Amino acid sequence: MANRFKSDLTWGDVTPENIFLNRRAFMAGASAMAATGIAGPALAAKYSTDEEPNAWEEITQYNNFYEFGTGKSDPAEYASEMTTDPWEVEIGGLVDKPGTYSFKDIMAAMTVEERIYRFRCVEAWSMVIPWNGFELADLLNMAGIQSGAKYVAFETLHRPEEMWGQKRNFVPWPYREGLRLDEAMHPLTFMATGIYGKTIPNQNGAPMRLVVPWKYGFKSIKSIVKITLTDTQPPTSWNMINAPEYGFYSNVNPQVDHPRWSQASERRVGGGLLAKRIPTLMFNGYEKEVASLYEGMDLKKNF
Amino acid sequence: MSHPITPSERINAVLRPIPTWLVYLLGALPGVYIVLGITLALTGTYDLFGHSLGVDPSRTIERWLGELALQFFIATMAISILRDRFRLKLIKFRRPLGLLSFFYIVLHLAVWLGLDLQFRWGEVWSDILKRPYITIGMAGFLMLIPVAITSNNAMIRKLGPMKWQKLHKLTYPAILLGGVHYVMVQKIWEVESLTYLGVIVVLLAFRWKRLLP
Repeated sequence: MANRFKSDLTWGDVTPENIFLNRRAFMAGASAMAATGIAGPALAAKYSTDEEPNAWEEITQYNNFYEFGTGKSDPAEYASEMTTDPWEVEIGGLVDKPGTYSFKDIMAAMTVEERIYRFRCVEAWSMVIPWNGFELADLLNMAGIQSGAKYVAFETLHRPEEMWGQKRNFVPWPYREGLRLDEAMHPLTFMATGIYGKTIPNQNGAPMRLVVPWKYGFKSIKSIVKITLTDTQPPTSWNMINAPEYGFYSNVNPQVDHPRWSQASERRVGGGLLAKRIPTLMFNGYEKEVASLYEGMDLKKNF
Repeated sequence: MSHPITPSERINAVLRPIPTWLVYLLGALPGVYIVLGITLALTGTYDLFGHSLGVDPSRTIERWLGELALQFFIATMAISILRDRFRLKLIKFRRPLGLLSFFYIVLHLAVWLGLDLQFRWGEVWSDILKRPYITIGMAGFLMLIPVAITSNNAMIRKLGPMKWQKLHKLTYPAILLGGVHYVMVQKIWEVESLTYLGVIVVLLAFRWKRLLP
């Protein structure tokens, strides 16, 4: 737990505990952790939603991971071809200890906890997913953030022989994503290594994928092999593909429509044929926690 | 017969006895299955689909119906070309295939309205006006309404063949709009939808002389 929360955010930015700490979520989180034998601070539950998580099958059979094809069931079918052990992550740029870190060494240094987050895809569907993992801030602090760093850039594995989708060029591979440093250091920003207490399946981004619950799903880059701290805004894949439709921020925002479809409401996956559409919440329901990051910004312009 | 039987003539001989009602029946089966499944789900009587439609069933059905509509539309268009280029006499199947295509377009639209947007008329209306792919799809559908209504012998007699043929040229822009609609729905240039559009463009190229009014 050393080196946690070295961001410029203070606890004053966070919702008061007595309001936010939902007893049901606390109990659910605590019992889930007890059941799966995952040690972690019980307080982690304060970041979790008390909504009912989606089933394992829904979370692992309905994915966007274009490295394995564009169909929703393609990743579950083909992602097993990806080798995830051994796995190395190159951490570089404006850090004190640049280098290649093995996934095993990272895991040995991190404290794994559970976070039940809403997940909202830019395609207007959503899920609730019980992730296991650690705060990205812990990993970045381990590498030592230099004072000039303003952004964090991420890259997915590029290995066309195991990821057949990369043989087609509809995405400029490797898949790239990025966050502003304050977004990356926010306690909600998570590096997931498991789901439901099990090792994260390849189709969900094994062995290590980002989860930024207040942004559209494509920001939560999968199977990360490279993390670079930079002083300039890094290029991001969907923005490179189609800048008018996908901005760098891509915060969930029901008031800012995708040019081709409305973002006002969403379909919660798993509700069956007659599932009711539910209204999409500002910052995917994490407004209290993250709105301050964007104070004074025109979110229609910085979409 | 003064010459050896050509392959086309052989195919014609095989297909001639097939009654058109059989085409209607077989062609409508997937639609009947979907409508039945939705009806049973709405009334809470029986879960016909089970897990076969994946975890996002309404989206699966919507896409399935749209693809069926395009497939029947392409088949309809192909019949005239097979007649002109290969002397295949399949013309009696053209009307059933065309009407089946319209049937699937109507179902596709109904599922979009009912299951996907759930009659949120505000979102429906703004989607039609603001989303180019929906505007395009809707325009194609509107063009096909007079075509479908006049797809019977009584209307041919009433309009006269010249006027009737002119009206039915609306199918050319409509099929192109359908193909473009499918490509635009996708987040990226997807191979499958581009293939549909490619086939449609090739079919239209075969008919280019008739595209003129």
